[in-house]
Parts: sequence; C-alpha cells; structure tokens
Amino acid sequence: MTTADLAAAAPTDRAEHHYELLRQMLRIRRFEERCVQLYSATKIRGFLHLYIGEEAVAAGAMAALTPADAIVSTYREHGHALARGIAMHSVMAEMYGKATGCSRGRGGSMHLFDAATRFYGGNAIVGGGLPLAVGLALADQMADRPVVTACFFGDGAVAEGEFHECLNLAALWHLPVLFCCENNLYAMGTRIDRAHAVTNLAARAAAYGLSAVDVDGMDVLAVETQTRAAAEFVRAGHGPYFLEFRTYRYRAHSMYDPDRYREKAEIAQWQQHDPIDALVRRMRGDAELDDDALARLDAEIAAEIDAAVQAAEEAPLEPIEDLTRFVYAESRSHDG
Amino acid sequence: MADTTYREAIREAIREAMRRDERVFLMGEDVGPYGGAFGVSLGLLEEFGPERIRDTPLSESAFVGAGIGAALGGMRPIVEVMTVNFSLLALDQIINNAATLLHMSGGQFAVPLVIRMTTGAGRQLAAQHSHSLEGWYAHIPGLRILAPATVADARGMLWPALRCPDPVLIFEYGGLYNASGELDGGAAVDIDTAAVRRPGSDVTIIGYGGTLSTSLTAADRLADDGIDAEVVDLRTLRPLDDATLLDSVRRTHRAVIVDEGWRSGSLSAEISARITEQAFYDLDAPVARVCSAEVPIPYARHMEQAALPQPAGVVAAVRAALGRSDG
Repeated sequence: MTTADLAAAAPTDRAEHHYELLRQMLRIRRFEERCVQLYSATKIRGFLHLYIGEEAVAAGAMAALTPADAIVSTYREHGHALARGIAMHSVMAEMYGKATGCSRGRGGSMHLFDAATRFYGGNAIVGGGLPLAVGLALADQMADRPVVTACFFGDGAVAEGEFHECLNLAALWHLPVLFCCENNLYAMGTRIDRAHAVTNLAARAAAYGLSAVDVDGMDVLAVETQTRAAAEFVRAGHGPYFLEFRTYRYRAHSMYDPDRYREKAEIAQWQQHDPIDALVRRMRGDAELDDDALARLDAEIAAEIDAAVQAAEEAPLEPIEDLTRFVYAESRSHDG
Repeated sequence: MADTTYREAIREAIREAMRRDERVFLMGEDVGPYGGAFGVSLGLLEEFGPERIRDTPLSESAFVGAGIGAALGGMRPIVEVMTVNFSLLALDQIINNAATLLHMSGGQFAVPLVIRMTTGAGRQLAAQHSHSLEGWYAHIPGLRILAPATVADARGMLWPALRCPDPVLIFEYGGLYNASGELDGGAAVDIDTAAVRRPGSDVTIIGYGGTLSTSLTAADRLADDGIDAEVVDLRTLRPLDDATLLDSVRRTHRAVIVDEGWRSGSLSAEISARITEQAFYDLDAPVARVCSAEVPIPYARHMEQAALPQPAGVVAAVRAALGRSDG
C-alpha cells in the first residue's frame, strides 16, 4: 500500500489496517511481559533487553516494508522480529535455547535470525549492524534489485565510529539503506545529552548528505507513514534515508539494570503517550474498535503466546554432538 | 615458461576471478586509479570499471563490514585492507560479524567473503605497518586463514577462497611482492593442506609466508654441513593441517618453527603444542622456535633485521636440536 493508497483507503480497510497495527504492538508487549515472567522463572537466561514502550516503531516500520526488503537489527530486537513475521514460537524457542529456535539455540534473545524473512540479526555490538546493512544494500544496488535494507539501531550507536563511516559511505554511493534510529534517550544508563554534544540526531545525519527527518516514535501511524515515504524514496534510487524515531523504553536496559539513572516521573510522563493506548483511543473514537473486539484480540494474543511457550517447553535441545556445527559451512559447493 | 612476480600473480588471480564470476568485485582503499597501495590492482580499473574496482574512503570498519553485508546479499567481494595493522580498525566486523554469523544464525547465513591484506616486516616501515598479526586471526573459529608463500599459491589460492562459503583472510607477505617464480598456468590450488617444500630426514623446519624463504635458505646452509632438513610450508594457518606437520615430524623427530609473529601466545606456540600433544614420543629434541624479538618492529634497518627471524637463527636452532650447537 502506498502513502496515497493509505490515505484513500476505504474506512473498513483503514479500520482493518489499524487493527493489524494494534495487534502487532500488543503481540510484542504481551510477548515481552511473558518473557519477564519466564526470565524470573529461569526459563530464559542471558541478557534480555525489553522493547516495551517502543512497539510503535517496529509495528509501524515493518508495515511499510515489503517481503523482499532486508532487515538488520540490534540486541533489542524481539519487536522487530515479531513484527517482521518471524513466528512467535520460533522466537520463543530461541529464548529457551531450543533446537527449534530461529537460530537453533545458538543466538538467544540478542541474536534472532531468519533467512525466510531476510532478517539478518540480532547484532549485539552497538553500531555493528550498520556496515552489514551498507553491504546488503550495495549487493542490491550492484544487482539492480529495487530492495530496501532497513537498519535499526539506537541513539547509542550514533556515538560509534561505524555510524559515521557508514552514513558517509551510504550517501557517497547512493545506497538503498533506510537508517532507522530508535532514539530512546538512553544508551544503557547514559542519557543522550551526557553523551552527545549535538542531540538532534537527524541533523547529524543530514550533515552527511542524507535526507533525514525526526518522527514521533510513539505514534504508530506517523511511524508507518514516514517509513513508507522514506522507503519509497530509497527504493526509487534516490539514496539512503535517515529516520530518527523519538521513543522511550519503559523498562530498564536489561534484566541486570537497577535503573538508577532516571526518575520514575520521567517514565510515567512517557507512559502518558503510550503508543498502544493512543491507538486504542483513536480507534475507539473512530468507532473502529469496541470492547468485544479488544477482548477477542487480547485472548487471541494470549493464546498465541501460550502456544509458543508450550512449544518451547516441549521442544528438543540441540544435540551436543552438533556443538561445533555451523562454525564453517558444511559444503564447499552450496553456492554453485 | 616466463617468470611472474607474486604481485602479478595476485593481480592475475583477481582478473581471472572477475572474468569468471560477475558477482566478484574488489573494494578497498586506493584500489582504483592508484592501483592499490602495493600495486596489486594496477590496470584492473581499466578492464572492469569503477563499479567492480571500487575505491573506498578510509573507513576500514565500514568497508570490511560492507564486504560482509555484500557477501550476505549474494555477491563475492574481495576486500583489500592495506596492511594487517590497519585491519585492526575492522576487527569488530571481522571477528564479531564475519566469523560468527553462520554459527549465531544456526547455519542460515554464510559469509563468502575474501579479505586480502599485507603482512610482515623487512621494509623499514616501523611499528604500525610491519606487524605479523595473522596468528591472532588464526585464533578465531569461523575464519579461514591463508598465507601464500609462493607465486603459485599467490596465483592459485584466490579462486578456491572465493568459492568457499566461509570468510577467508589471505595474508600477502609484503616482502614477496617483487619476488618472482615460474608459474605453470593458473591452476587453482588446494587451500586446506600444508606442503613439503623440501624433503629431508634430519629435522622439520616449519614456516609460512615470509618465513618460507628464511627456512629454505637455512636448509641450504644446513645441507652444506650435511644436515638434511625438511621444510614444511603451512600455507593454511586455520584450520591447521596437523596431518602433514605430524607426518613430517614423526619421520624427522625434530621440529623448528619459524614465525615472524612474536612467540608469546602465538601461532608458533600453537604448533609447538600440537606437536607435543600428538607426537611427543616421536621427538628426539624439544620443539624449537625462531620468532621475532618481542618489540614493536623498529625503523632502523639494523634493529629491524635484528628483530626478525633470520636464516642464521634457524641454522642455530636446528643445530641445537641435533646436539651440534658447539658448531
């Protein structure tokens, strides 16, 4: 659906579309709320970085991309993975470290991968995914494929050298990269104004010659509209585009973070702009959603999560004989 | 049969690969009009154009990482990094991405990338252009590490490296670019095994890259003393070809490893350990090592040469292993 199509969509279609965006945001939030419980129950271990509060970015941005597009993500990627279409049971099984996980238990929460949806991880080095995105886009450009590589990263990555190298390279070579910066104001515990002399990140991207805008990352419709427009620009061969999504994570950086560096009032203030509440209010106001429909949606998502948890519980572990598989390719001739 | 230089052999290998497979392209600093920092890619821009002979900004992490991404995206990139010292600016991409993606993705995403870089000292380039850090890379599961020491390997290793679905790092020894040798066509060589470059029965001298010639020179001198040294060229630093090494040591009962890397925590230490672990009872003498002095490589010629493995040092180590250290 193009931006124009969206604006012209019949009311019913629009309602269905909003319902789908709501569904994706709720799936992410409820999935992660369950993950917290499972973490406390020691079913999930390692690092667990929650996306709660930022769901509008994943849901809105993924709705604007096509299956042929590529995604490069970060260690806070459950939302990206689910909204992109990786099956929830596959993501949950990965959190459990099971053989049926999307990375066969070798990645965990931070390293979700899925070839079928062109989801290239799950990168836990801040800024480390940006060069991959530049290279994926280079391959598409050289092969003349009208494909966008959407690269997600946070405000913390803007401090890394790779950010600056990659924005320059993408702009220099007019590469089809959609840089999606999720500015949630904190790099772990360091607030953006304690780490950056210039905190307007879109302005810094513009300095490298990229088209760049900032977007209300708490408004899923704004995210989708802006991402769609940016993706069209990139797909048309006009070069890379930079979107700064202004958003906020409600939870601590990870399960290990005591969250000492910010005031509770600040979190509460952002929760006033909760992206799920905002869309629900809007849909109710436009008579696109009633209590029954919302209850049905909640029940449907709860059932999906229950099924994913049960499947993960029952799934086999990767056999230990396979420990060293996938260090090197198993066939030299796989690519012909 | 005409002589070819090591530099020309690599250039011809790149040319052949680009003619055979349109997914192959070369990317790096000054590989285009400049012709490459060491002249390897001279003339390739004219044949293949700027899309496939692609100059990059001085952004090692970005362009090495872009090579990884392009490989994920179906291309077969050759990324040139000027020297191994500069590759440290791309270490994150090489180790955290190239080496891990296949495993971390449960086998979904292979990285068929070749990274070429220059290694080694001997040209008075001092401590930021002269180090031999290939042993560090050989520590990393997921990478394949090649070290061509001959013109034939310089010519023949690239195509199989590009055909390999794994990331392959090729370490070109800087002091060899002008070395010449006979080249019998352009046949691809295997990239899995070590090679016996000189058969012998009294001792196994193990070298690679730049230290192959050091080892062969030493073997010639030892022959004058009636010592028959076998010289093994590692060729592949990871995975190491234990079988060829151990077969040789089991025959000669003595091993001397010659490595331009430092000895502490090194490739030479690894090889020594493997020999000790697997052929201890075949040894007639402790495994010996001839490595670079543990200093950053200095500029002044006399100091630089004193820091590097020399044939005289190899001869002395062999003689000691044979109990002839009194000369």
